[in-house]
Amino acid sequence: MRFSDEFEARFAEMVPHYPTKRSALVPTLLYAQDEVGFLSDEVIQELAGRLDLTELEVRNVISYYSMLTTKPRGKFNVQVCTNISCLVRGGEEILHHCAKKLGVGHKGTTADGLFSLEEVECIGACSWAPAAQVNYDFHENLTTEKIDKVLDEYRKKATQ
Amino acid sequence: MADLVSHPDEVKVVTRRFGKGATNIDRYLELDGYKAVQKALGMEADAIINEVKNSGLRGRGGAGFSTGMKWSFVPKQSAKPKYVLCNGDESEPGTCKDRLIFEHDPHAVIEGVTIGGLAVGARSGYIYIRGEYRYLSIIMQKAIRDAYAKGFLGRNIFGSGRDFDIYWHGGAGAYEVGEESALMESLEGKRGIPRIRPPFPAVVGLWGGPTVINNAETLASVPHIVLGGAEWYAKLGPPKNGGTRLFCLSGNIAKPGVYELPMGYSLKKMIYEVGGGIPNGRELKAVVPGGSSTPCLTADEIDINMDFDSVAKAGSMLGSGGVVVLDDAQCIVKFALRTMQFYQHESCGWCIPCREGTDWLKKTLMRFHSGGGVKKDIDNMQYLSENMLGRTFCPLGDAAAMPTIAFVKKFRKEFEDHLEGRPCPYEKEGAIEQLPVLAH
Repeated sequence: MRFSDEFEARFAEMVPHYPTKRSALVPTLLYAQDEVGFLSDEVIQELAGRLDLTELEVRNVISYYSMLTTKPRGKFNVQVCTNISCLVRGGEEILHHCAKKLGVGHKGTTADGLFSLEEVECIGACSWAPAAQVNYDFHENLTTEKIDKVLDEYRKKATQ
Repeated sequence: MADLVSHPDEVKVVTRRFGKGATNIDRYLELDGYKAVQKALGMEADAIINEVKNSGLRGRGGAGFSTGMKWSFVPKQSAKPKYVLCNGDESEPGTCKDRLIFEHDPHAVIEGVTIGGLAVGARSGYIYIRGEYRYLSIIMQKAIRDAYAKGFLGRNIFGSGRDFDIYWHGGAGAYEVGEESALMESLEGKRGIPRIRPPFPAVVGLWGGPTVINNAETLASVPHIVLGGAEWYAKLGPPKNGGTRLFCLSGNIAKPGVYELPMGYSLKKMIYEVGGGIPNGRELKAVVPGGSSTPCLTADEIDINMDFDSVAKAGSMLGSGGVVVLDDAQCIVKFALRTMQFYQHESCGWCIPCREGTDWLKKTLMRFHSGGGVKKDIDNMQYLSENMLGRTFCPLGDAAAMPTIAFVKKFRKEFEDHLEGRPCPYEKEGAIEQLPVLAH
């Protein structure tokens, strides 16, 4: 299993920061997921080996964290917040609009593998609600027109 | 990048460098950066703790415990290394203030963690940032690298002969990890399951060593206290509630945003003057004063001061500073349901009252919202919530129960309006079927 040089540099830097190896697990899983797209059996096996854990221990941790996934998803993961601050400013409308536009529901992926949709809990954009994240990018003060533009931009990005 | 707002009533302490390019370490130095930590290096540990104690600084994460007191609980002698842990797992719905601190003033957090370390005799600290805040992790990691490059971190900081290391750590999506013992579990590479207390983290924390855990805003306030003095800071707020607070105004309000106001600022003024009131000709229905865990206040209850003690006296909590405003077009049953869906989703399942309670409450609220509620369930929800209180390892169970009790008690009529097949009076016709079903 090969990761990028950037991942390896980060991993090598991070592990000595902790008195126990496994402490590096959670951020490492997220970095690995960013590269591979999801936490595949191969990734789990590799990281378990590196951090002196069993694969089961790694899976046990993965299942706790909502950002970690063992299933592939779209290149762009559209995460729409519908928690309280977004709810009262139309978060659900944004979610339904995305679902309709992309033709997928919660945790669904478009047939071309470009987009996934997810209804998420508070992302810390309450004062700029309604908000969504596409992968790690925040998109705030959303309207249905604005999210249309956002999704179109990503679609364009993918074809470039 | 989140927009900044301002209002003449603001007292800029923690936010004073916002929008001034202070992520750049040289710019930060021009803006009095790293002066506090140098001053602290010349102080006795107890003097730093006393200064923070006397400042009246209380935990900005939500619990509002005296920061100086917390620091004083760390034993002087310890066979195991001591740690400072900055809690940047901001995820209480309604709260978006630590995000701005990391974005605009990351070095203030570094200074705060270092000063905390000097006060309790720790030699290293961790800054834990939630996984969703990737761009802030990048900012924070750069700030840490820059501080090392200047000799402000690492061996012999500022030529003082003292060593102090700070490391970044990232989460991967979990509300419960914002609870201090779950935060430590997560940092140790495990599921964020809470630990039983005692022993408290100040005695047995990270990897068994004494650990001070403070919210990012709390730690970012510390350098200002060290520089400006406890007396100055304490006087910014009412007695026992020193300083300022970042209030995150959100919801049905004309000018949402994060405002730094003195502790004890009037909630009414916050909504109608700072926040510009309720837009679209609507009236105020309710306010959630300190993040989703705090019991709501009705429109008649907002004539209070926003400090820990005054809000507690009014039957709620100042919490994390997330002020969520609801206008009269909002359905309380739906709001209660969305709140409970969140807690049910985030409950780790370790404690049965929380795991089962949040699930039952969610199901009951769903039934109400779809018009299938039965009258006895109104009292049942309250009874169930009351029986969750204080029966869990971490406060997530309480956080789910407390707002529910307030919704039921204060808006009973709205629940009654949803009984026996009556559709939600706030929804457009046919909208109920479209309610999203959250995954678990």
